[in-house]
Amino acid sequence: MAKITLNNIAHSYDGGSSYALKPLSHEWHDGGAYALLGPSGCGKTTLLNIISGLLQPSEGQLLFDDVDVSALPTEQRNIAQVFQFPVLYDTMTVAENLAFPLRNRRGADKLSAAEIDTRVQQAITMLGLEALANRKASGLNADDKQKISLGRGLVRTDVNAILFDEPLTVIDPHLKWQLRTKLKQIHRQFGHTMIYVTHDQTEALTFADKVVVMLAGEVVQMGTPQELFDTPQHTFVGKFIGSPGMNILPCELHGAEAVIQGHRIALAREYPALTGVIELGIRPEFVRLTDSGQGMPVQIKEVEDVGRHRIARAFLHDHPLNIIVPELQPIPGEPRVVFDSDRINVYQNSQLVTGERPS
Amino acid sequence: MKTWNNKAWFFVLPVLLLVAFSAIIPLMTVVNYSVQDSFGNNEFYWVGLEWFQEVLASERFHNSLMRNLLFSGIILLIEIPLGIAVALAMPRRGWGVSVCLVLMALPLLIPWNVVGTIWQVFARVDIGLLGHTLASLGFDYNYTQNTFDAWVTLIVMDVWHWTSLVVLLCYSGLVSIRDVYYQAARIDGASRWAVFRYIQLPKMRRVLVIAVLLRFMDSFMIYTEPFVVTGGGPGNATTFLSIDLVQMAIGQFDLGPAAAMSLIYFLIILVISWVFYTVMTHQDNESVTDNRQGGG
Repeated sequence: MAKITLNNIAHSYDGGSSYALKPLSHEWHDGGAYALLGPSGCGKTTLLNIISGLLQPSEGQLLFDDVDVSALPTEQRNIAQVFQFPVLYDTMTVAENLAFPLRNRRGADKLSAAEIDTRVQQAITMLGLEALANRKASGLNADDKQKISLGRGLVRTDVNAILFDEPLTVIDPHLKWQLRTKLKQIHRQFGHTMIYVTHDQTEALTFADKVVVMLAGEVVQMGTPQELFDTPQHTFVGKFIGSPGMNILPCELHGAEAVIQGHRIALAREYPALTGVIELGIRPEFVRLTDSGQGMPVQIKEVEDVGRHRIARAFLHDHPLNIIVPELQPIPGEPRVVFDSDRINVYQNSQLVTGERPS
Repeated sequence: MKTWNNKAWFFVLPVLLLVAFSAIIPLMTVVNYSVQDSFGNNEFYWVGLEWFQEVLASERFHNSLMRNLLFSGIILLIEIPLGIAVALAMPRRGWGVSVCLVLMALPLLIPWNVVGTIWQVFARVDIGLLGHTLASLGFDYNYTQNTFDAWVTLIVMDVWHWTSLVVLLCYSGLVSIRDVYYQAARIDGASRWAVFRYIQLPKMRRVLVIAVLLRFMDSFMIYTEPFVVTGGGPGNATTFLSIDLVQMAIGQFDLGPAAAMSLIYFLIILVISWVFYTVMTHQDNESVTDNRQGGG
């Protein structure tokens, strides 16, 4: 287990004309559970492969516990990595597959057969693979195969970090939940540094202590799930996280007041005069539907019932606005909306601006 | 009531005719000859299994069969490992790929008798580049007089001609292995040997089965090249079953024994190929059985 430091790490696949990963500096704590979250092609797998050494970064340094490992090959970094699709050694049994990374150790790290056996047994119990232990790995279904791939990462108890590259893509939905809980449990029990790549926000938010949101080769925000929900630093984070995501509406600012299409909205904070594109962000959870005559009129296009609550797809003038409506509340005939002023964020050129609370 | 529509048979008919003329009728002619004797004038007498017994008991047949088995054994032992080694050494990406593939395919494009002629001239002691060079270096090399030299020449020629096929088959198996397998192996700290043993070799197994079968069948039926290079000599040292068969059928015009011999020859190839196939695909079946047990 180790602290991982990225020092101006950047990568370009085409010799510098475009960056898949823009220069990035971060420190990831020993024993932390991190999720790299972002749409396809945002550079999250690139970053993961740089950490495991499968990819040599074009620029920058990588440090494990303050030791520069940038030049070390994958084999010497002592990293476990689980890939999107199961990778198994077909001719081996399940137990042999799990033992493989341990058997490959040479020199000072060499383990005795008894030790290997104990660790393999532990991994088998951990993942509930007892019934399959002596079966050939080639004939198993995708779920079990991926469990074994996970197991090959978990069997090495002294790894610097375990990296997951969208490991649950091929897993059945009900088992997904189970395995994610399992990983969380293993993390608490053994305290590995874990880095988990995904494009699924639920996966990221339930797995990680800290979520790193990436867009086009850049980290747009790193924070706890709560921070990402309450104060997205970038409109992309606001829209990407939450279901549905944050409503972003263009507005004008006048001190502690925002103006949308002539409607005045009180804000909890006071803002200086800002230039550029000014937008207001409000999560659908904090938009209240009312027929009391207060607030701004909206047109509701459709209402989706998702079980616990309903999502009203509405328009505020020309701008789409999602509203979460509690299960029993009726949809008014002349709907108006009120924003919870404490929950409004203001964005200048897509970046969050923090105002000052009026004294 | 179920109505039967037999029109579909008309579509199968051309294939049946084709197969009948190309395979069934010639084969049955051979079967016909193998159980009869003829003294010319197109008169035939039924002799039963006599020719089969005679061929199976004859020392001439045993010797030819042994030569065939030895030849196939040797060239398999050389061509399969060599083919795998060359395939592993070939580049996986870039311009080198096409260059290598073209170079590898070249020997396969040359007709058998031309290959024989090339080596017949190449190995001649008086004018051949190889033979003359060896002679000038002081080696006592002469494939027309020395049994060992004749065998070495034929084996080197076959390796030169056919290793490419094994290389191309193995290469196709290797390039189908996804990068992620190599990445996982690096993560697991696997040695070069472990990568070959547990990733590359298992993924190549299917194509290797095909390579072994093709090379066995082809080498066991070899005719043209030894016919051109050594003519079966010196003495009978390189008289393989096929050469023996032609001598018996065309040279001596012993139709009965020749027919019996070709049927035995055919059955031997069939049986050995079946054994190879069964042994090499054994593991596959094992895992399939495992599956069924798991499902049940």
